[in-house]
Amino acid sequence: MFPRSRFAAIASPLPRRNLRAGAIGGLALLTSLGLAACGSSGGSGSSGSSSSSSSNPLAPSAAKGSVVVGSANFPENELLAEIYVLALQAKHVKVTPKFNIGAREVYYPQIQKGAISIIPEYNGALLTTSVDTSSTAATTAQVDAALTAKLPSTLEILNPSSAQDKDSVTVTQATAKKDHLTSIADLKPFAKDMAIGGPPEFKTRTDGLVGLKKNYGLTFKSFVPLDESGPLTLAALKDGKVQAADVFTTTPQIVTDKLVALADPKFNFAAQNVVPLVYKKAVTPTITSTLNAISARMTTSALLQMDKAVILDHANYSTVASAWLKAVGLG
Amino acid sequence: MSFFSFAWNWLKQPQQWHGSGGIPIRILEQLYYSGLALLIAALIAVPLGILIGHTGRGAVLVVNIANAWRAIPTLALLVLLTIWLGFSVLAWLVPLVVLGIPPILVNVSEGVAGVDPELRDAARGVGMTPWQQVRKVEVPVAMPLIVLGLRTGAIFVVATATIAAYIGLGGLGRYIIDGLAVSNYGEVAGGALFVVLLALAVQAFFMGVRRAAVPKGLRQQGRAS
Repeated sequence: MFPRSRFAAIASPLPRRNLRAGAIGGLALLTSLGLAACGSSGGSGSSGSSSSSSSNPLAPSAAKGSVVVGSANFPENELLAEIYVLALQAKHVKVTPKFNIGAREVYYPQIQKGAISIIPEYNGALLTTSVDTSSTAATTAQVDAALTAKLPSTLEILNPSSAQDKDSVTVTQATAKKDHLTSIADLKPFAKDMAIGGPPEFKTRTDGLVGLKKNYGLTFKSFVPLDESGPLTLAALKDGKVQAADVFTTTPQIVTDKLVALADPKFNFAAQNVVPLVYKKAVTPTITSTLNAISARMTTSALLQMDKAVILDHANYSTVASAWLKAVGLG
Repeated sequence: MSFFSFAWNWLKQPQQWHGSGGIPIRILEQLYYSGLALLIAALIAVPLGILIGHTGRGAVLVVNIANAWRAIPTLALLVLLTIWLGFSVLAWLVPLVVLGIPPILVNVSEGVAGVDPELRDAARGVGMTPWQQVRKVEVPVAMPLIVLGLRTGAIFVVATATIAAYIGLGGLGRYIIDGLAVSNYGEVAGGALFVVLLALAVQAFFMGVRRAAVPKGLRQQGRAS
């Protein structure tokens, strides 16, 4: 006893009692992890299907398909997570929702170590903020290839959906109709007479004015620094202070303010497809196929409509999520 | 790197001094926004302050309202008005006027109300009309506080006019907001430095105004207040 406590005192500036408690706690944790590991190997051997669930309380979620679905702290991501939860529950997967965690900086380390099993992600943002900050991948295929190559071995992305929440050049429906605009490329003859709005950094960012000039040959009459697809940008478009603006493709006001997000065939703005990011050990074939079925049916316009419902109409997330799942035949 | 070396490295670049986004133009824009706002605030608050100070009516109420008024968040008002009114002049003018009114109103009304009662009696005693009392006695005597109110309001407004940049307008706030957006801290520091210099210049200007506007006989007294 005596030598051990002296050792503790030397080893750490912490009060002795704390250190001992920590050591005991650590030991307990190690023991439970060891048991858990045994449980998991036994579990995966015995059941490929979803029978005999959660008989072993120490088994980690991986063994029996009990998973933690997380979400970032903004409405659209929470809605997507709710869709995942409801669809998985419909397949009798045991799910623990853990929504509203925070920004990527907060939840990414959590999923990396398996504290979260599934989170709805945006492939481009995931790549450039957490996985490879220097990546220049732009198209959905490039971004997904880069993610597959560079994600840590514990993580993988499932199939990306066609739904994207990304920057766009957006105009009013009236402008689009008058000038027959559907794609950014159509702006060529008109840009020189248009003021474009966006966040201040849009002026110098490579995917902002610089990229629009390089990829589409567009030079706008002027640039008006506003906000990030927020109230000022929307007011400026409505007001005619700008004729085009950088608006996120799932901003609900696109519906209510009658705006058109122009297509971006040259991927001036990197892809931001909604994609499930999963902790590999936690997912089963049932989970993978369920989430892939969601991705196969999710579109930008469906997401836009659902965002409008929860953000502007204050509809209940579960109601909106389950209505969509029913509508696409997954409910 | 210190604030000043950040700012210096930015402002010594010749391109910062030319064109529509150059420092001289931005300073003029800043002076235009704040000058117009201060003028309107003064046109509202000086007469109202004199009226309150002269009659002594509603003084407590108005001073308290004016002080509470200072709590109105200028930036929130700016964004709200922009959404309501679109990008009209009023969207930036109203918040700056609202900001400028309280210090002027409070100082003017206190200044006029604080005129020595014996002096008022004397003015009445020599047969002055109420208008003459105000013009010839109360306002000149209250002048140090009136100028102080204008000076405080002007410094508030000139420093806060940076927010006009938030709705896509010019002024020195352009450097602060654009610099922050791209992590160019030299630009942010440079913009902030010029705001400080402008506020100091405004302060100096009102010192001069006070020298010119305060009657000779009151200067000694004025300095003390």
